[in-house]
Amino acid sequence: MAVTVSIPTILRTHTGGEKSVEATGKTVAEIIDDVESRHGGLKARLVKEDKLHRFVNVYVNDEDVRFAGGLDAEVSDGDTVTILPAVAGGMR
Amino acid sequence: MLQIRRDLVDAIVAHARKDHPDEACGVIAGPVGSDGTARPERFIPMLNAARSPTFYEFDSLDLLKLYREMDANDEVPVVIYHSHTATEAYPSRTDISYASEPDAHYVLVSTRDPETHEFRSYRIVDGVVTEEDVEIVEAASPVAGPTESYMFANTGSDDKPDT
Repeated sequence: MAVTVSIPTILRTHTGGEKSVEATGKTVAEIIDDVESRHGGLKARLVKEDKLHRFVNVYVNDEDVRFAGGLDAEVSDGDTVTILPAVAGGMR
Repeated sequence: MLQIRRDLVDAIVAHARKDHPDEACGVIAGPVGSDGTARPERFIPMLNAARSPTFYEFDSLDLLKLYREMDANDEVPVVIYHSHTATEAYPSRTDISYASEPDAHYVLVSTRDPETHEFRSYRIVDGVVTEEDVEIVEAASPVAGPTESYMFANTGSDDKPDT
């Protein structure tokens, strides 16, 4: 079970500059744990109190996992998991 | 310093005026040059998924599409802009907490005054905001050099009326 995880610029310090890394796992949570085992520090940027951090979006292929079970969203062999920082803000 | 063509400045301001009183947002993408710096070239207005006068957020699927497109074109988000419709063009605490492109120029436009706008640019790195000069160059002759350079609370009348 190998999936490709696409890493945004701001998190590439954790992957030695790599734009994408391979990982294995059946859910987004397992994928993140697997990446964390080789690229320490990444998980803390993505997960807070067992939930995805509100500042990041995680996609399995073309789907935002927030609408597909969050960290429990299922991942299959050959999928692409994309991590992107949310672009948001406001006047306050 | 942000060097940006006048037509791109006009496009950002027109977008901010059009969406007022809601906040407007978008990106100007551009290729990374051999010297490692990127010029803003392609204007990409984004939908404010929050449709709010106090908050903006790129729709998550639009964001995915945008990054894939930029990746395919070897572009980066050179400018990330949004408007403040009732306050000054300065990054808020929320803006700072979300800012996650250390190489981007964060442009803020204030449309609180119906006649004039503020157009300012910042670097936001690790929660630290640094305002930078904005140098506007004419579209027709980008190599001819700056025609105007200013910083802080610069204002100008808008060419395009509100619609």
